[in-house]
Amino acid sequence: MNPFLGFIKKEIYHILRDRRSLLILLGMPIVQILLFGFAITNEIKNVEVAILDYSKDATTLEIINKISASPYFSINQLMMHEADIESVFQKGKVKAVISFEKDFGKNLIKDRHATVQIITDATDPNTANTISNYINSMVQSYLNEHNKTLTPTYQIIPQTRMVYNPELKSVYMFVPGVMTVILMLISAMMTSISITKEKELGTMEVLLVSPLKPLQVIAGKVVPYIFLSVFNAVIIIILGIFVFKMPIQGSLLLLGLESVLFIITSLTLGILISTISASQQTAMMASLMGLMLPTILLSGFIFPISSMPVILQVISNIIPAKWFIIIIKGILLKGVGISFIWKETLILIGMTLFFIAISVKKYKIRLE
Amino acid sequence: MFGDFTAVNAITFDVKQGEIFGFLGANGAGKTTAMKMLIGILRPTHGHALVAGFDVYKQPESIKRNIGYMSQKFALYNDLTVTENVAFFGGIYGLSKALIKTKTKMLLDELGLENVANTLVGSLPLGWKQKLAFSVALLHEPKIVFLDEPTGGVDPITRRQFWEMIYKSANQGTTIFVTTHYMDEAEYCDRISIMVNGKIEALDTPEMLKRQFNVATINEVFLKLARG
Repeated sequence: MNPFLGFIKKEIYHILRDRRSLLILLGMPIVQILLFGFAITNEIKNVEVAILDYSKDATTLEIINKISASPYFSINQLMMHEADIESVFQKGKVKAVISFEKDFGKNLIKDRHATVQIITDATDPNTANTISNYINSMVQSYLNEHNKTLTPTYQIIPQTRMVYNPELKSVYMFVPGVMTVILMLISAMMTSISITKEKELGTMEVLLVSPLKPLQVIAGKVVPYIFLSVFNAVIIIILGIFVFKMPIQGSLLLLGLESVLFIITSLTLGILISTISASQQTAMMASLMGLMLPTILLSGFIFPISSMPVILQVISNIIPAKWFIIIIKGILLKGVGISFIWKETLILIGMTLFFIAISVKKYKIRLE
Repeated sequence: MFGDFTAVNAITFDVKQGEIFGFLGANGAGKTTAMKMLIGILRPTHGHALVAGFDVYKQPESIKRNIGYMSQKFALYNDLTVTENVAFFGGIYGLSKALIKTKTKMLLDELGLENVANTLVGSLPLGWKQKLAFSVALLHEPKIVFLDEPTGGVDPITRRQFWEMIYKSANQGTTIFVTTHYMDEAEYCDRISIMVNGKIEALDTPEMLKRQFNVATINEVFLKLARG
């Protein structure tokens, strides 16, 4: 039997027999992508609003109909008194109250202006902001429709177009992000744990005394995780396409190659971690604290890098995930080719070589 | 060498083929370090050493093919079955599939493990694991087997059986290099060496050592040397 193939077979036994880890490995990407896709969303949908209409004329009715007809809002109740606003918010269901002044429609014709008040529950500031913007723009569009018949005054109408993700679907941002985190987690954490496990068990010594070369031992540990990671990447992309209707603008081949590159970067990081940690627990902590948190927080996955303090922006450059996210977003959403992402690709290759160099150096010190 | 601490300081000894050589010493005396140099995990700073006729500096690969090693931890894979462990360790020494098959059968037969051939090693009692680990270390018919404290934490009956296995393979021509803390085990060896502070302070047959130090047991020899 080829010694190396025998080694990989053994690794596959390890992975398959550790049912709990396997379940996490294969289940986590699915759970995460569904969670991020469905539950955690920046979009608003079916937000419940209450109406306080002192005017009750044709104009307010039209505006209210417009709002309730949109998919973003549903009318929870019609209120009678301003004093009720507080208690309505306290119950928690209603996120915004829209209040029309008395004689709204009449004022609009007579004075050429009328007031509508939008009160939002800002316990969640982002949502409050979005809600008030949405309502604002609805009122504005009502106005624009009706202004056509009136004599135009000076008006600047900005025409905004959101490219690459016109519906501002946050899942488009989460699919690349989750993919990055999962690949990093599986590749780096699992390999570092699996290598340190051999050290802890004492089998590493036995392997090093055997005719197997150290490089074969490491490669044998890593190869199964490459396949597992590629499998997960494919699952995530498939979920993105079929569940979240994410468009794939760029080349799948390029996406695959770049993903394999990032997987290898993460694997070498995992090997590096395993050379400096003696126990599985240390390896896990090092991977979680040292890799997971920066990957999630500093890669631009959730928080935009450009709005971070300068020092964090600088630090973000050494996070491999940052570069991969740029690459994968470019391919998936913008459909760019290698000519647009060669710089990021080179950075990842450079990082990989760097990690390999340190690992080899550390590994030699340990052996001699 | 660890920093400027010399764990093993210019030791000189030779072991004959088919001999059971006991390598004794207190904790921290340098036994494990010396052994790691011989099996190629550590590189000695200077000196000259041949293992199974091969130079530790120039022919480490040839040494690896000709030695067996069993660590203190009976390093088998707990999540692999008995058969899978045997197949794996046979495989990394490049044994053919057919050879592994016959060897497995022989080994199971010899150890009386036929019934647990497809049981995960993790669920076997420690004594069984240890005997299995020894057999696995012998699988590729090495010229020398290095045993690092092979009987730690095992009951006296299993220890006895284990030494019978050692005798048997020594009789078949395998050289046994064994470190131990048990002084009664030292008496079973053909020759023993006792290391103190990185140096070999005594080296002879158990009988001659007892006579030399004028005591009744190896235990007393050891205590006399270790206390200085």
